[in-house]
Amino acid sequence: MACSQRDLQGSKLGTYYVVQLPEPDDFAFWRERARGLVQCDVPPDWVAWVEPGGSGNLFAHGERRFPLPDADAPSVRASKRFLKLARNAALHSDPERFALLYRLLWRHQSNPRCMEDKADPDVRRIEELDKAVRRDSHKMHAFVRFRQVEDGEGGEHYVAWFEPDHHIVRANAGFFMRRFANMNWSILSPRGCIHWDGQTMRESGPAQRSDAPDGDPVEDLWKSYYASIFNPARLKVGAMLSEMPRKYWKNMPEAELISELIAGAQAREAGMVSAGTLEFEERPETLEAIDKAIHQCRKCPIGELDNHAVMGEGPADAALMIVGEQPGDQEDQKGRPFVGPAGQLLDEYLERAGIERRETYVTNTVKHFKYVQRGKRRIHQSPAAKEIDTCRWWIEAERAIVKPRVILALGASAARGMLGKTVSISKVRGEPIAIEDGSELWVTAHPSYLLRLDGEARDKQAALFEADLAAVKERVAELTG
Amino acid sequence: MTKLILRDKLEILADAAKYDASCASSGTAKKNSLGGKGLGSTEGMGICHAYAPDGRCISLLKILLTNHCIFDCHYCINRKSSNVRRARFTPQEIVDLTLNFYRRNYIEGLFLSSGIVKSSNHTMEQLVEVARILREEHDFRGYIHLKTIPEADPELIHQAGLYADRVSINVELPTTSGLTRLAPDKNERQIEGAMGKTKARIVEAKDERKRFKHAPRFAPAGQSTQMIVGADKASDADIMGKASRLYGAFGLRRVYYSAFSPIPDASAVLPLKRPPLMREHRLYQSDWLMRFYGFAPKEVQQATEADGNLPLDIDPKLAWALKFRESFPVDVNRASKEQLLRVPGLGATSVARILAARRHRTLRLDDVARLTQSISKVRPFLVTLDWRPTTLTDRADLRALLAPKSEQLELF
Repeated sequence: MACSQRDLQGSKLGTYYVVQLPEPDDFAFWRERARGLVQCDVPPDWVAWVEPGGSGNLFAHGERRFPLPDADAPSVRASKRFLKLARNAALHSDPERFALLYRLLWRHQSNPRCMEDKADPDVRRIEELDKAVRRDSHKMHAFVRFRQVEDGEGGEHYVAWFEPDHHIVRANAGFFMRRFANMNWSILSPRGCIHWDGQTMRESGPAQRSDAPDGDPVEDLWKSYYASIFNPARLKVGAMLSEMPRKYWKNMPEAELISELIAGAQAREAGMVSAGTLEFEERPETLEAIDKAIHQCRKCPIGELDNHAVMGEGPADAALMIVGEQPGDQEDQKGRPFVGPAGQLLDEYLERAGIERRETYVTNTVKHFKYVQRGKRRIHQSPAAKEIDTCRWWIEAERAIVKPRVILALGASAARGMLGKTVSISKVRGEPIAIEDGSELWVTAHPSYLLRLDGEARDKQAALFEADLAAVKERVAELTG
Repeated sequence: MTKLILRDKLEILADAAKYDASCASSGTAKKNSLGGKGLGSTEGMGICHAYAPDGRCISLLKILLTNHCIFDCHYCINRKSSNVRRARFTPQEIVDLTLNFYRRNYIEGLFLSSGIVKSSNHTMEQLVEVARILREEHDFRGYIHLKTIPEADPELIHQAGLYADRVSINVELPTTSGLTRLAPDKNERQIEGAMGKTKARIVEAKDERKRFKHAPRFAPAGQSTQMIVGADKASDADIMGKASRLYGAFGLRRVYYSAFSPIPDASAVLPLKRPPLMREHRLYQSDWLMRFYGFAPKEVQQATEADGNLPLDIDPKLAWALKFRESFPVDVNRASKEQLLRVPGLGATSVARILAARRHRTLRLDDVARLTQSISKVRPFLVTLDWRPTTLTDRADLRALLAPKSEQLELF
């Protein structure tokens, strides 16, 4: 036997040794004792490990003095992996953990590769303990919430209350020290407390929840953030619970919002959808169906005015589609597009360019007349970008049926209805723009623009307008051969 | 207009930021505040400080500088033509919020993005200013992720990379036609040009640090991007093709997939329904197959169905295995690591365990059961010392056997 029992006379073989640990997380102490016991060949069954406040009474009769190994006792060996896992496992709250560690250390001496057998119950247990402790530490890094208090000397002191499952507080002091090196902070827990003043780390005994401050003005901002960053359209409560189990909620200020957020989520999502314009039905597949549907359309405020929807007109297989902005006062009354002053002007120019209106499909980007009432008169108002985008649904349905080879957009609103963005007429006119469905878009000014000009400016714009119409005429002829 | 208090602004600008999926704070250089004047640390692993009921992690303070925008992208709640409430932070307000949240251990750092106000350069300057105040005036050593604006001056993007841990530019839509239709002010070539420049700088800075110890770091956590799924007609095969091209061409750390989600005040050009969240999940799984399981982009695309989309009821690896049954079963005791990684139900961890364990013993089915999550899922594809799935891989109903059972309703 490689040891002598200097404290006690005679051999103590068969005696129960009781090791009293000074702290529940004192790995270094366990390591020291375990090394000596292995060197003295004390088998695992003969040792009991007792942590402070543990069930020491059971082993009251055990031997508390220790055999000392001889100077020439063989050194104790263990694998790196064991050491790594053991450091963590020692922090677990399982009272059997030190016995498990000793058993594995003991087995290492006869089988140095015992850690590789993943199916072994002891190996699996130490892996479980390690994993649980790592998770608890990670959650501590994540879920500690500091609250600011005055420290009595005009400085700031940040205090947190945390309830870990295992003896991890001291082991994680370094993380918080590196992160908050220049802050004055304390983490209180029922398993002991740590305090950092910017220079040194201090420890103190277990604390109670009431020792920690109960509020912080910044928490309201944090709660607002938490509620706002949550997307009610994608509720995944299970995913949240697996990462942030309920046991942590009581010490996290934002958690008190959770039930309310979940309860309100469906209503909020429905609100998000209906605040949008996503409740369009299936796209109508005939021009008659579109005509019928636009009369009932109230997707934007223009539909709520005292007006009638105006449907496009012309052959359903026209090669050219001319798109205006919206019906005007006269169009609204007659229920036909381009019949007012601007329509008459358009007809004149079409005739001059040699474009048959009867062979052309003429329509508007926005289906209802937008106006403000001034006395007896209804004054035209340009549709907003939002309204054009909403109404794009209908013009796209018309395009899908007519399938024109060339589309001529009159004015910026019509161009937006085709392109989805606002363009400058002067920059894009005179050139074809290829669009998604394979047709070709030409953009020119709206004839009502010509009506508002006079003199030289009107002549200049009229010439440009004529040139655009001529180019379109030529292009249609080319494409239809 | 009434003056908004800080809390209103935070609500508006956090709400506007929630459609961005990324919140990662991992993979950056290690740093801590010991020996400095400020606060903060990054130790490699990201930390999720809270989880919202949408299952997403809250790691960073994710906000916009402003939701005013001169762009008009249809899928975006902040587009010019939308009538949401608008707000704007000053750089100092964001700095104070970040530090106040960080000191209380609510966050790992800041993820700052913005609508475009005035001009791209003006906006980018403001974003860089926030990062500068945090890093230089407060010696902040936590995580900073800056969204960069592709149209901004390259010099500004360079500065952003010097202050930030990660920079990102969203490609937004997987196809050029989708981008033209839904984000008419954005330009694919410009976006990819900016990504290319950022990649070059990251590589350059890494190289310099090898030679000079104190060379400045440039975005040590790399760059990432985001694609919106389900807003245009792009299929999963298109999306995966685009993602693998982006990973290859720009050395991205991550491509995020964000299922298009209904937004208030939406534009009529958008689809009627949101795509199933499962579609997003399947795309992440296929992303993982390409990055960690040795699948070539073509091979993942082979797992899609006739419409180019991945099946929703089974995962892409199983879908691939069912299509290429001739590659199975594989022998756990002989197969290479690459072959084992292809087995549906075997993750990288299980494969590593199998490789370690088979050095010590010839594996039986029981052993494999202990080393894997679910033996019933992997069994049809494996051969062990005592198990051979004779005709199983030839069965026509194998898919039905392995797909998760749909729940049958109880009689009432």
